[in-house]
Amino acid sequence: MAEWIETGKVTDIPRLGARTVQAGGLRIAIFRTANDEIFALEDRCPHKDGPLSQGIVHGRSVTCPLHNQVFHLDSGQGADPDDGCARSIAVRVTDGRVFLAPAPQQQAAE
Amino acid sequence: MKPKLVVIGNGMAGMRAVEELLERAPDAYDITVFGAEPNVNYNRIMLSPLLAGEKSFADIIINDLSWYADNHITLHLGEKIEAIDCAGKKVVTAGGAKLPYDRLLIATGSDPFILPIPGAGLPGVVTFRDRGDVEQMLEASRRHKRAVVIGGGLLGLEAANGLLANGMQVTVLHLMPNLMERQLDEAAGYLLQRELEVRGMEIITRANSREIYGADKAEGVLLDDGRRIDADLVVMAVGIKPNIALAKAAGLTCERGVVVDDHMVTSDPSILAVGECVQHRGAVYGLVAPLFDMAKVVAAQLADDAAAAYEGSVTNTRLKVTGIDLFSAGDFSEGEGCEDIILRDASRGVYKRLVLKDNRIRGAVLYGDTGDGGWYFQMLRDGVDVSGMRDSLIFGQAFAGGGRENPKSAVAALADSAEICGCNGVCKGRIVTAISEHGLTSVDEVRAKTKASASCGSCTGLVEQLLQITLGDGYLGGPAVKSVCKCTDLSHDEIRRLILVRELKTIPAVMQELQWKSADGCATCRPALNYYLLCEWPGEYCDDYQSRFINERAHANIQKDGTYSVVPRMWGGLTNARELRAIADVVEKFAIPTVKVTGGQRLDLLGVQKDQLPEVWKDLNAAGLVSGHAYGKALRTVKTCVGSEWCRFGTQASMGMGVEIEKMTWGSWTPHKVKMAVSGCPRNCAEATIKDFGVVAVDSGWELHVGGNGGIKVRATDLLCKVETAEEVLEYCGAFMQLYRQEAHYLERTAPWLERVGLDHIREKIVEDKENRARLHARFLHSQKFVQKDPWAERASEGVHAHEYRQLEMA
Repeated sequence: MAEWIETGKVTDIPRLGARTVQAGGLRIAIFRTANDEIFALEDRCPHKDGPLSQGIVHGRSVTCPLHNQVFHLDSGQGADPDDGCARSIAVRVTDGRVFLAPAPQQQAAE
Repeated sequence: MKPKLVVIGNGMAGMRAVEELLERAPDAYDITVFGAEPNVNYNRIMLSPLLAGEKSFADIIINDLSWYADNHITLHLGEKIEAIDCAGKKVVTAGGAKLPYDRLLIATGSDPFILPIPGAGLPGVVTFRDRGDVEQMLEASRRHKRAVVIGGGLLGLEAANGLLANGMQVTVLHLMPNLMERQLDEAAGYLLQRELEVRGMEIITRANSREIYGADKAEGVLLDDGRRIDADLVVMAVGIKPNIALAKAAGLTCERGVVVDDHMVTSDPSILAVGECVQHRGAVYGLVAPLFDMAKVVAAQLADDAAAAYEGSVTNTRLKVTGIDLFSAGDFSEGEGCEDIILRDASRGVYKRLVLKDNRIRGAVLYGDTGDGGWYFQMLRDGVDVSGMRDSLIFGQAFAGGGRENPKSAVAALADSAEICGCNGVCKGRIVTAISEHGLTSVDEVRAKTKASASCGSCTGLVEQLLQITLGDGYLGGPAVKSVCKCTDLSHDEIRRLILVRELKTIPAVMQELQWKSADGCATCRPALNYYLLCEWPGEYCDDYQSRFINERAHANIQKDGTYSVVPRMWGGLTNARELRAIADVVEKFAIPTVKVTGGQRLDLLGVQKDQLPEVWKDLNAAGLVSGHAYGKALRTVKTCVGSEWCRFGTQASMGMGVEIEKMTWGSWTPHKVKMAVSGCPRNCAEATIKDFGVVAVDSGWELHVGGNGGIKVRATDLLCKVETAEEVLEYCGAFMQLYRQEAHYLERTAPWLERVGLDHIREKIVEDKENRARLHARFLHSQKFVQKDPWAERASEGVHAHEYRQLEMA
């Protein structure tokens, strides 16, 4: 079981924006929607490794800054017609604080 | 010798009659036309879009001078006819010249009705009738803030809407209890009033104007109940009266209008009359469709078809106010034996009412959804018995016609006699025949051949569908206006206009008011909206940083590996030892892997980590280097050659000019990137003729070139004009920037923009109209006051958006 690790407050992340955090060899993008929902994906577009954290957040989706592919924040799945899937990272919010649970094998990869 | 036809009046009715005549009998007459206005024949019903800024005068010209020449018509513009000598068959001009005629056509139109109240003659009181009126209103809107429109009918509301679009505060005074009472019933009038009030129009009904007050110009309107409404401009739009003075003086039978019989002939058999000046079977008309019906009969009569007869017109009306759908036809006053079918959908803002008598449609009022207006109107005119479809009639053709079909099959199902273009009276059969016979493939061609959709344009969609049906796959689609993205059905132009008219000042306000289909847009529409708001409300709109593409958010260019590149500004492509030393130091200190000289004469430092950006900028700032905006839809670079300061061929100081232009334009946000160049002589070493704005020095001054592009599709610039002084170069440059900023779609470079609007349009706004040029330039400089602040310094030293450049930490 992955451990929940605190990575800051919801308010550290701009609305309709993202921040990144380094978890070992894994760079994670944490997104905040207009309704203050928080999602986390590996900060790497399955298409050409673009940093998804730098994209424009809209609804529950993000548009990759390199080639405008769109991904669902909740699943990491590419939105039609874009296929491919960005890795989804478990995230939960307690008392306005954000906790991540990156999968253990990714931490071991470091 | 051919018989002589003299036409008094160069307006829509007279010229339509001439057009029809030329089509029937091209060489029958020697034609002479007198027009009191100094303009060629233009589409008067398009004065509203002209006032609202949706069309230019060029767009609404029907026949230009070459048309008259090509058809051997002698045209006297700005020349009034003073008298008609019926006995001697001559007309007498204001200059005293006498011209004989065999047939005379009176098409003097109508005059605006002026309320006989004190102050009606003061300066600042205008009517809404011709191009001159529109120009007066536009001029007033530039200098003044408050306008009163007297009259809440079709014309008054269109005038009020246009003034609102030009930024004035507008109050409409209407004598009756509800707006447009001649076309609308109370319910539709109420919906219309509410919608106009939401847009910011003040509307006072039951307002009886007593006096226009003011010492030496209009300062406001005094109402019967003692209320005073201050205004700098008073528009009188209370109606029109047929212009019969000339006919009356000549002894022709006149009542309200010049009386004609069914052959459009007056009491003198050699004299015909057509248009708004005419009274036929007791009726006078102020709408365009009947004029065109009359014109056909006039032409037939002149071409010796004695049987041709006009039998009166049933009319319909649409309000030409963008975003308001309103249709009215026939008679909907309550009378004996009349029945109503009404549909209300308050939350969608839809109201439909059909008035039936003896199972036939007698009147129709549609508000909010007017798609079936043409269908109802057709049945009204044809007197169709609707008893078989009464229960579904109000839901429209899709339901009543059996099965809910797509709109195309509804059009396909229309009879050949069904009217498509109400303004010009063009039926489906004529359009389809024209398409097949002349091989027409676009709406523009259909317009040119048949006039369908050439006036108010509301039937353009139907004409497109007819093209599709007739040509099948052969129809490639016209320049149908594309929506910005899937989040909205509106086009770029519509959105820009509505942002201005409705004074929308935030992205959420735009999305709410314009009924966005997604919660917070997408990566296509948000940056566009952010730009449009920024451009429209300089200093007022608060930039929405999360609606910008990452490069503009981070103020650096993202690279394929997620690192960034940094391009400091080098004014006019000039640099010095201190700057170069600072750049060299930064490259070493931060181990920046690549330094590249760009095409725009700058140095690009590639491969900088994002978290290092603020420190890199700080060191660059210390040497006086600022952001080069190489990452923005913004002014990028002004490239120069060395010019007369060093070059033996140089004619002007191009480097100095380049620096000045760059100092004026840097920091501005634009629809897409903007690149400029200044060459010191026609050898053009700075490649100015493939730039968005290029300046080429010549011995006697500067040539200004616009709309070039060296990218995917190379396009050489067009020559805008030549100017003599450096001040002029700067003014034209600022005006061009502002025009581009105001008119281009987001992500449209100057080259495609220029090709879309035409060089003539840009020349008209910048070169020919000196005042407009000065205004554009001033507006550009005003916008610049809020943006000329180095974004790098704000982030390196003032902590702006610090989170952008810092990662979060794991606890």
